[in-house]
Amino acid sequence: MNFDFSEEQQMLKDSVARFVQDEYDFEARNKVVANEAGFSAANWQKFAELGWLSIPFAEELGGFGGGATDTMAVMEEMGKGLVAEPFAASVLMFGGLLQASAQSEERDALIAAVIDGSVQGAVAYAEPQSRYELHDVKCSAKPEGDAYRLSGEKSLVLNAMSANKIIISARVSGDQNDEQGTALFLIDADAQGLSKTALRTMDAQVVANLKLENVSAQAICGANEGLAMLQQMRQQLIVALAAEALGIMEKLNATTLEYCKTRKQFGVAIGSFQALQHRMVDTFMAAEQFKSILYRAVCSIEQNESADSIEINIAALKAMLGKAAKHIGGEAVQLHGGMGMTDELDVGHYVRRLLSINAAFGDGDYHQQRFAGLSLAS
Amino acid sequence: MDINFSEAELAFRDEVRAFLKDAWNEELASQAKQPGSYKDVQVAWERKLNSKGWAAPLWPVEYGGAGWTPAQSYIFENERAAVGAPDVSPFGLKMVGPVIYSFGNDAQKERFLPRILNADDWWCQGYSEPGAGSDLASLKTKAERDGDHYVINGAKIWTTLAQHANWMFCLVRTSNEGKPQQGISFILIDMTSPGITVRPIVTIDGEHHLNEVIFEEVRVPVENLIGEENKGWTYAKSLLAHERTAIAGVADSKRNLAEVKKLAAAEVNGGRAMIEDPIFRQRISDIEIDLMALEFTELRVLASMSKGNGPGVESSLLKLKGTEIQQSIQELKLDLAGYFGTVVQDGANNEQVGHDFGDVARRGFMMSRAATIYGGSDEVQKNITAKFVLGL
Repeated sequence: MNFDFSEEQQMLKDSVARFVQDEYDFEARNKVVANEAGFSAANWQKFAELGWLSIPFAEELGGFGGGATDTMAVMEEMGKGLVAEPFAASVLMFGGLLQASAQSEERDALIAAVIDGSVQGAVAYAEPQSRYELHDVKCSAKPEGDAYRLSGEKSLVLNAMSANKIIISARVSGDQNDEQGTALFLIDADAQGLSKTALRTMDAQVVANLKLENVSAQAICGANEGLAMLQQMRQQLIVALAAEALGIMEKLNATTLEYCKTRKQFGVAIGSFQALQHRMVDTFMAAEQFKSILYRAVCSIEQNESADSIEINIAALKAMLGKAAKHIGGEAVQLHGGMGMTDELDVGHYVRRLLSINAAFGDGDYHQQRFAGLSLAS
Repeated sequence: MDINFSEAELAFRDEVRAFLKDAWNEELASQAKQPGSYKDVQVAWERKLNSKGWAAPLWPVEYGGAGWTPAQSYIFENERAAVGAPDVSPFGLKMVGPVIYSFGNDAQKERFLPRILNADDWWCQGYSEPGAGSDLASLKTKAERDGDHYVINGAKIWTTLAQHANWMFCLVRTSNEGKPQQGISFILIDMTSPGITVRPIVTIDGEHHLNEVIFEEVRVPVENLIGEENKGWTYAKSLLAHERTAIAGVADSKRNLAEVKKLAAAEVNGGRAMIEDPIFRQRISDIEIDLMALEFTELRVLASMSKGNGPGVESSLLKLKGTEIQQSIQELKLDLAGYFGTVVQDGANNEQVGHDFGDVARRGFMMSRAATIYGGSDEVQKNITAKFVLGL
């Protein structure tokens, strides 16, 4: 029994930490997110050179062959640095679905292009009415020869404005909420009939709402396989985002602790007040417990536990993420006092990213309900 | 990252299961359900453990320990709790035993350790006093040297199961010089000595677990002093470093939560099982998720200790979180019992009451309130964590 990283994983983790320390302080990060794209293309090329974009891909596809632990190691450090480059959207989501789709020469070439940084991708699954349900799909796919024509709307698609290719979930058959009949399709980001409205989220990400009118598309899976692939992607992304959230929680707790040790009021450091000490012990415990539940989820994936066991651990992880994010984020603002309310301090930026992660792929309440459904099945 | 058990650990788990099947048998399990059976059941159970060499597995092997790895003790705890067998009484095996083998002399080791292992003595802990609770170092019970004896005067309070005890390990004041911590000694007191009065304290569950113990001119042989005079505080503190993990009570909480789920499936309100009640579902799942995390916090501590490192900073939350979860589970059980949770059964049988767990739930809930008070209250735990972990 051990919770250690392998030497290779530790080196990966260290390389991300070094990048954040040397090139991605808060000021540099603010410049990066001010770009129209919301990130730096130069950094993206650097990530490619460092091999980070290859992490989740199998070795025979030119990848690093990393698993959940590797992703966790990288994402925790990216969280500490509040890295805005679309690693999750392009590599883990888009790349992950490509890797899970049927093998073809075209697919392998696309994966190679994701790895070398020349192609970015996006995944469009949410719709205006769908909230957190992956199977609530109105967007339709009509066959036309070997290809399909897609029509409908997709909401808040991460990285859609910078992506060269977009994967879209669309309904081949059945009604809006049927679990069957949803497939995944690949489209060009500049395809005819596709219109995009760019928006910013509170954590400075550039997202887009998509309208599709008879957009030409290629299916990348069978007519009933889309939902299972999206569920698989959600599972992997929840672990990755949870690791990022852990990095943020640790950073917020450290920043708050340091502030309370140095900020003086009434002639003493405010960290000498018992009321504040106990609150910081509570946030310390919340982060440690969150780390434990993350390790639990990662171990269940790495050790190929049953699908039910993995699902229950993932639901527990995301449920706890929601609570811990609000608790730790809220305390960080409160204990920084008026400064915590300002945009010039990094605290608020970390808090906004945490809240954005809470909403991604279903918030804490949603996953707690899923958890209860699985654990209290009588 | 690897939480798989090795072949050897799996074989050990089989050995534990086989042992439990035989040792925690039907007879002992049903005896444990009888009121007033606690001490007899504990002694019988601990002797079975001792005959297997498992009464104090974490003691050094030379004193009777089993040389278990942290993973082995995790396996044993889980298997033990899963069959509903009790933990050992902590006072001898987990508290005074380690102090005696760490700081006692050879004569003390030979005299006391084998009897502790075989539950031949029942120990109680004389720490808190009417005027010294969370601020333990302010204790005043005095031990004055008179030839080959110490003469002890004062009072201890909240002494758990002192009514069963024939020995007490006790912190006494031997000096008023320097800081309060510096004048404290650690001494073993024969509870049959003249001048000792044990006064029962009935607790909010209506039961007699606690006592006040009063000492009037009690003469204790000098040979019962552990280590050096005025070093008792150091010895008592080292005791806190033992059994850091078991205090979370994860294995028992898992079993208790599973029981609550079963009860919730059976309790019906308005034609619907309580396990279908959305608010109750939320409460159960809140606790279960916390417990799943705490189990891995404990595993992280064990993994760190297996490598020969001390427990990491995460160990500081084991008691705080563990007791919070224990209390929440008791609260669920009490609420599940509905108005039957208010009945004091007192000799009436379940049929007469019309319900089968209300009384147990009430007593369990009430007694569980002590968990965040004893062994350093929540507030003291947080003060300690703030100081030593956060550096405040």
